[in-house]
Amino acid sequence: MTPLLSVQGVAKRYGAQIGCTDVSFDLYPGEVMGIVGESGSGKSTLLNCMAGHLSPDAGRVIFDTRAEGPRDTLTMSEPERRMLGRTDWAFVHQHARDGLRMGVSAGGNVGERLMAVGARHYGDIRHKALDWLDRVEIDAGRVDDRPTTFSGGMQQRLQIARNLVTGPRLVFMDEPTGGLDVSVQARLLDLLRGLVRDMGLSAIIVTHDLAVVRLLADRLMVMKSGHVVEAGLTDQVLDDPQHAYTQLLVSSVLQV
Amino acid sequence: MTGDSYNFAYLDEQTKRMIRRAILKGLAVPGYQVPFASREMPMPYGWGTGGVQVSAAVLTPEDRFKVIDQGADDTTNAVSIRSFFQRTAGVETTTATEEATVIQTRHRIPEAPLGEGQILVYQVPIPEPLRFLEPRESETRKMHSLEEYGLMHVKLYEDISRHGHIATSYAYPVKVEARYVMDPSPIPKFDNPKLNDCPAIQLFGAGREQRIYALPPYTRVTSLDFEDHPFEATKADHPCGLCGAGDSYLDEVIVDDAGGRMFVCSDTDYCESRQRQSHRGKDAA
Repeated sequence: MTPLLSVQGVAKRYGAQIGCTDVSFDLYPGEVMGIVGESGSGKSTLLNCMAGHLSPDAGRVIFDTRAEGPRDTLTMSEPERRMLGRTDWAFVHQHARDGLRMGVSAGGNVGERLMAVGARHYGDIRHKALDWLDRVEIDAGRVDDRPTTFSGGMQQRLQIARNLVTGPRLVFMDEPTGGLDVSVQARLLDLLRGLVRDMGLSAIIVTHDLAVVRLLADRLMVMKSGHVVEAGLTDQVLDDPQHAYTQLLVSSVLQV
Repeated sequence: MTGDSYNFAYLDEQTKRMIRRAILKGLAVPGYQVPFASREMPMPYGWGTGGVQVSAAVLTPEDRFKVIDQGADDTTNAVSIRSFFQRTAGVETTTATEEATVIQTRHRIPEAPLGEGQILVYQVPIPEPLRFLEPRESETRKMHSLEEYGLMHVKLYEDISRHGHIATSYAYPVKVEARYVMDPSPIPKFDNPKLNDCPAIQLFGAGREQRIYALPPYTRVTSLDFEDHPFEATKADHPCGLCGAGDSYLDEVIVDDAGGRMFVCSDTDYCESRQRQSHRGKDAA
């Protein structure tokens, strides 16, 4: 089986500082990978390198494209990479306002990706937008409201709808539940889990919240100071942490 | 001051060469915004500094020059720019569209069909059609170069979702030769079809924004729309009150404080030439 995404020896330095170094893994179709670690451990740098927002100093990021099979996205031309970003890839930002157009209605936000890949029938776009708002549990009556009038949780769900509307195969998520209160987090996680399973999505989720990866991720990578210190199945890593840092991380979770 | 104190058409020859280069590049890549080193002109930004520079660069002593502002030959802006070139270039001027070889315009395309050998110069306030959707110039340039124009349709989508139809009525975005999305300057969308397949050269100058773009003769220009909400060139649903024309773009004029109004052609030359041919509207004295 060909991995959907194969990351080989990716490294990114900020001057003398290490962003992340020597990261390699394979992601297979339908698999959800969690990346955990404290602030500054390089997990967001790694995610941005994979998603093409940053260019790594070394390594290869090979994606199994629909048309041409496995290709290194770092050596792709920019139009190709941006096309990938609109079709097969999706990126969910931590702050919904980074990923949404706040001056455009909810329907327009969901429709943008459709129009970006050539949809030119208003009725169809509108219909799809309404369908997706329903799937992320946003009332159809809010379709013409701007995201500025939405709560934080709704904005985050709208961002997810906007990203998934073109049926991507790989979703990058950067702290998707960060900044939300716990009950809203739980609802969002439930929704995400349902969507990932239903659509057979592959996802890479960066988070510092171990509960999120426990619920969503099949596999887990623990990062510290730019290095991957431990990797394995989620329950294996969380229940039987080997590395001292992972042990610290697991034991620092507050028990209610 | 006498006209002799100025170089022909106000600008110095080096500047005109620079502007002509930008114009040639614009004509070679229709719809592409060419940066140019816009000069300070003896008028404020927003009064047509871009158009004046383009006109100055293309004028020859043999040209006959016409200036219109919102279709009219007799408004402040039109009168001032016309006398400016009368004084600095000594060119003949006219108000008749058919007789002019260079027409500088603000916000209208003349009703009379343009012909080969004519140049239409537009004054452009904001050349970037994506400006209000994506404020970063670096990003909009990238979108133009990679032909990523989905965002333009988001604007039209918003119009339909809010008003039930495409409510954008001026500066209606167009696609040039199936490549660049272009802002046709704030002409009413009624004029958009006239951009297409036009025998005249169309030049667009934005002074403050330092951009020139162009449409060579017979360029294919299509207005953006949705399959189920096609583009419509709209105008006020009346005939002209003075000349009775049913096919021209109209201005609404308030005539008293009791709600009285009349609709008249915004193109004064078109209206007057029809009146000379004894066409009369219902409000004609």
